[in-house]
Amino acid sequence: MLSHIARRLLAALPVMAFVALFVFGLLYLAPGDPAAIMAGDQATAADIARIRIALKLDDPFPIRFGNWVWSLLHGDLGLSLFTNQPVAAMIVQRLEPTYLLMLMTLVVSVTLALPIGVIAAWKHNTASDRAVMVFAVLSFSVPSFVVGYLLAFVFGLQLRWLPVQGYVPMSNGLWPAVRSLILPAVALGSVYIGLLARITRATMLEVLAQDYVRTARAKGAEERKILFKHALKNCSVPIITTIGSGVALLIGGAIVTETVFAIPGLGRLTVDAILRRDYPVIQGVILLFSFMYVLVNLLVDMLYTVFDPRIRY
Amino acid sequence: MTAITSDVAPRGGRQSRLGQLARNPSIACGAAVLVLLILVALLAPWLGTRDPTAISAFDRAKVPSAAFWFGTDMLGRDLYSRVLYGTRVSLIVGFSVAIGATILGVLIGVFAGFLPRFDAFVMRVMDGLMAIPSILLAIALIALNRASIWNVILAVTIAETPRVVRLIRGVVLFLREEPYVEAARSCGASVPWIVFRHILPNTFAPIAVQATYICAVAILAEAALSFIGAGVPPSTPSWGNIMAEGRALWQIKPYIIFFPALFLSITVLAINMLGDGLRDALDPRLRKRV
Repeated sequence: MLSHIARRLLAALPVMAFVALFVFGLLYLAPGDPAAIMAGDQATAADIARIRIALKLDDPFPIRFGNWVWSLLHGDLGLSLFTNQPVAAMIVQRLEPTYLLMLMTLVVSVTLALPIGVIAAWKHNTASDRAVMVFAVLSFSVPSFVVGYLLAFVFGLQLRWLPVQGYVPMSNGLWPAVRSLILPAVALGSVYIGLLARITRATMLEVLAQDYVRTARAKGAEERKILFKHALKNCSVPIITTIGSGVALLIGGAIVTETVFAIPGLGRLTVDAILRRDYPVIQGVILLFSFMYVLVNLLVDMLYTVFDPRIRY
Repeated sequence: MTAITSDVAPRGGRQSRLGQLARNPSIACGAAVLVLLILVALLAPWLGTRDPTAISAFDRAKVPSAAFWFGTDMLGRDLYSRVLYGTRVSLIVGFSVAIGATILGVLIGVFAGFLPRFDAFVMRVMDGLMAIPSILLAIALIALNRASIWNVILAVTIAETPRVVRLIRGVVLFLREEPYVEAARSCGASVPWIVFRHILPNTFAPIAVQATYICAVAILAEAALSFIGAGVPPSTPSWGNIMAEGRALWQIKPYIIFFPALFLSITVLAINMLGDGLRDALDPRLRKRV
């Protein structure tokens, strides 16, 4: 098991190296001279030259890449072109709402999608099964920002049950923070719920046709126990794989959802950075999200053995 | 082609095969809506629209009425015209990315399937590209350039290609070991002949299905990118940037966002239905999976 983890980590290294090279190449190829931008409007040619030397911008590509990776490993992502603050600090400030939003989305999606999928498979070819399939197709087609506006309109503006937009930091208590993210989490989760419900339904259909399910029924086991204990357990591998690969959707969706609900998280940071062409910040966010995605999928890989003891490494 | 369709139906001409596809309600419905949208995009200037970029200070933020069917935005531009012209952007992006990613993906996938050295290198690159969530990858590529519809197409194509490569490479590796390919090889058939005669025709079904889904994903990606300001520039109306411009006013003027959102959702729904129908009709082996 340990050697498997080590091997998987090693296998993830070239992927991460590629991502790092790609993201560095982005800054390298970015139009405009960062030194000139940092120096400001009144800078002389000498000022710019001094900054270029200070930032080591005139070194050849491999050396610059090496230096950059070295500072990256020390948690240094460079300075924002606009605020002159360290990018790493800017990202840390924005982590809380984004991570809470993603966590809530995951919890909401999994708790809703699994029962929906199980029931659809159990009631195969009935109206409720078809309703679930229609819902799944709809959830792939209606983008999360449209769902977001719809929810904000109904539950925020019309019914006034939940805040229309904004985020209350956790320093004011957990519940106000959670409350301010309920609508965004459901909106962001809509695609995820559809995806998970569909894969759960498909795998459950296969599992329910197995002999051991018939055996469980024959011995008179409770139907609920058969569905959620015998059958669902055997669906765990495809389901957690989908949860893992769906994190990519979650990351992309979070950026847009934060824009809809005016949440000051990493998504807002990204959007502001794009509008201002603040390359170091764009770079930092892409690195963070990509590494997170790789790590989540590594974790998913390890979870296989936990959920399905038949898998041994 | 025949190897796959013969699973579902007795062999027939192209005509009967098309007829068979049209009988699938999901395909018929999706295709009908899509054809309607293509007509809207082509005929936009003749559908009672006015100049979608014409600004009118007197008509700012008007609610939908007989004069302005979908109302006007805060610059007084007619939303009905803007939404109809926006159809062009979405369909151009969707179709271009679907075609571009498919061609690139098939080329790279086939080469990867036949050249082991190339395969090892290319698949690492593809893994790396796929490790970056596609919308972020597109944002990164667009940030390098001016935001324009062509850069959006290019960026989303690059982000979607790895998935096609993986699919095609998998199919090629599987088909290479099939007895009939082995038989062709033992008869002295050249690699290009095997690829064109035996491999590519059998990739048609998964490619058609995948291309349809990519089209849907690309339309959503363009809308999301334009919505956050990294997509089609405001001078060209697209559903995403109409919604972006309506963001500031949406609590008092929700219709500015409602109409483009409705068109966007219906379009993607139609394409997804077409994709699901094609998957069920063309490749029964896939039906059991998601």
